[in-house]
Amino acid sequence: MAIHPPGEKLWWNHPVDRVELIWIAVAFVWGLVMFFMMIWWHATGEQNLSTETYRTTPNAFYAKVEASIAEWQVRELNGVPVVKPPVGADVYLIGRMWLWYPVLELERGQSYRLHLSSLDLQHGFSLQPININVQVHPGYEHVLTVTPNSSGEYTIVCNEYCGLGHHSMLGKIFVVDR
Amino acid sequence: MTKTEFRTCPTTGFKIDLNAQALIKWNAVAAVIFLAIGGLFGLSVALTRWPAVHLLPADWFYLALTAHGLDVLLLWILFFEIAVLYFASAILLNCRLAAPRWAWAAFGLMLTGGLVTNVAVLQGQSTVMFTSYPPMMAAQHFYLGLILFAVGALIACGVFFGTLVIAREERTYQGSVPLVTFGALTAAIIAVFTLASGAIILIPTWMWSIGLISTIDPLMYKLVWWAMGHSSQQINVSVHVAIWYAIAAMLFGAKPLSEKISRGAFLLYILFLQLASAHHLLVEPGLSPEWKVFNTSYAMYLAVLGSMIHGLSVPGAMEAAQRKRGFDRGIFEWLRKAPWGNPAFSGMFLSLVMFGFLGGISGVVMGTEQINIIMHNTLYVPGHFHGTVVAGTTLAFMAMTYLLIPLILQREVRFPRLARWQPYVFGLGVAGISLFMMGAGTLGVSRRHWDITFATAPFDFNYPPTALLLMALNGLSAIAAALGGLMYIIVVVASVFFGKPVRDKIILAAPAGHPVSGAVGAYGSAGTLRIPGTLTLVAVFFVAFVLYYFVNWKYLSEIWPMR
Repeated sequence: MAIHPPGEKLWWNHPVDRVELIWIAVAFVWGLVMFFMMIWWHATGEQNLSTETYRTTPNAFYAKVEASIAEWQVRELNGVPVVKPPVGADVYLIGRMWLWYPVLELERGQSYRLHLSSLDLQHGFSLQPININVQVHPGYEHVLTVTPNSSGEYTIVCNEYCGLGHHSMLGKIFVVDR
Repeated sequence: MTKTEFRTCPTTGFKIDLNAQALIKWNAVAAVIFLAIGGLFGLSVALTRWPAVHLLPADWFYLALTAHGLDVLLLWILFFEIAVLYFASAILLNCRLAAPRWAWAAFGLMLTGGLVTNVAVLQGQSTVMFTSYPPMMAAQHFYLGLILFAVGALIACGVFFGTLVIAREERTYQGSVPLVTFGALTAAIIAVFTLASGAIILIPTWMWSIGLISTIDPLMYKLVWWAMGHSSQQINVSVHVAIWYAIAAMLFGAKPLSEKISRGAFLLYILFLQLASAHHLLVEPGLSPEWKVFNTSYAMYLAVLGSMIHGLSVPGAMEAAQRKRGFDRGIFEWLRKAPWGNPAFSGMFLSLVMFGFLGGISGVVMGTEQINIIMHNTLYVPGHFHGTVVAGTTLAFMAMTYLLIPLILQREVRFPRLARWQPYVFGLGVAGISLFMMGAGTLGVSRRHWDITFATAPFDFNYPPTALLLMALNGLSAIAAALGGLMYIIVVVASVFFGKPVRDKIILAAPAGHPVSGAVGAYGSAGTLRIPGTLTLVAVFFVAFVLYYFVNWKYLSEIWPMR
């Protein structure tokens, strides 16, 4: 029994039944399939998270955001500037307690270099309703190249706890047709 | 030196060190108390997330969520695990417990640490969630309590290792240690790695909180913290798998199909499980895909392989034993005629099935590098780990308790009818919690969030209406689980403190049929093994796994292209 020492002292010489060996083989091969699936998706899939990352500081990153607002602001939404960057531009988005700043307006089918960083704590970039989730750290500038392929109004929820106002932290991305 | 006295168990014939017996009792009692506290916090969290109820105000919600994680994920589980370690060493090896005074010191440190951290949380200055990611800072004694607790747990692991050494020296057993002890050894080895990682990150973080260190890098913190946080879940897996084997052995006399394979599967845990820190870093900036792919897959899913092996060999061992005991008809007579009214069996079997189907499959899918993009920090994450840690580990521990009460604590189980229903009520509730949270997470709902209607936000936003329905169902499931938890606590407390003493031999084994001689081969059964029922279950599991895995790739392929 499993609560007693093995009945056969040389248990490691005991033959293993075919049924168990077949299951081990199946499970092992399935593991390989899942392993190579991730690598294959890097080669052929369209959804792979960028690793392009830079060290930054809250002040340096905030300055870039301010510059992008000064250059490309088109209007305001509930007091928050709406930025419409040119196609392919570097776009800057801040997570801070408790707002995603600024609001972005992008064109459908075009690619943008989206820079994410935080001014204070960790935040969770959670784009709804399409459900893209990326962790945002202070001190790190993470650059994703995204291509919005559907138009409409998208909301950025914060899904990393960031203090008592966490549940009111939202942002917006509008995707418009050309 | 503390005097060692033994008694002989009238049922199993094990020689039981009374020091070990007392330590098992008090560690288990402490575990159950923290389960009660943490469970209550958990219920209040679930009722707050049910939008129509929305029980707690925001500050209390986040505080309760922090306390819930601390009390159940850390304190309940680790206290119970220490009890299991002492059981699997001193009791199963007929040995005296090494250094009982150190074991009591460990208990004292763990209890003090646990209380100090609880006080820190309840004072309201440490609402940082269980994970306490910097730069968010908790009060100093929040970290200090955790450090004390970890040191205590480390000492307890040392007592366990010492006991193994003594048992070998004094030849209290023949040959190799039992499989269950081997599983516990696996857990203890992983625990040392885990607690060391905890010390490496919590000590500097504590120094940061008192101003001796200026910054803690948030990414580095996460990497090392999860070497504790995730690897400690692998302690749980090792322990509850060991418990599955133990209960199968005690109720059915089940022998492992192959000692070599089952031990090999535990060995895979030791070798590969620590890589899982990566599961929490898949959508983090700055880590390379090579690092993520290798680590998140435990080097080509070798630890998953270990669990899949146990997934065949545990029910397979039960089936082989049941067939030998006379339940040999058809594919499922062995299972149909299993003791479903015995909470040790029902709890164990529900734990086995739900750990595989709910916790296991979802964990592998969520831990796939790219698929994590559509799940990270949504409610899918707690949905998954309530399937592993609550449906798997907690239910297995509850099942084990029903055997420890008569055997180690020598009390009759009070309120047997309540006990009979307990695993079902708790299991049903937990299955609901796990499934409904995963459902809501698939719809994008954030975890750790007080108000998913966003009433105070600067912009309007609503999750799909289905998500709100799922949160209501989650709340109802949490009520069922809390009821099941309450039933467990009533039974344990009544039995331990007011139960009728057990003096004589009790009947442990499940009722047997009429064995047909020669129906099933000998030990190990190589060449004659017949487990069609288990193979059917495993096949269903495998098909579900493969389908669900690829469905999620399909979901992923529909989101915005990104690189």
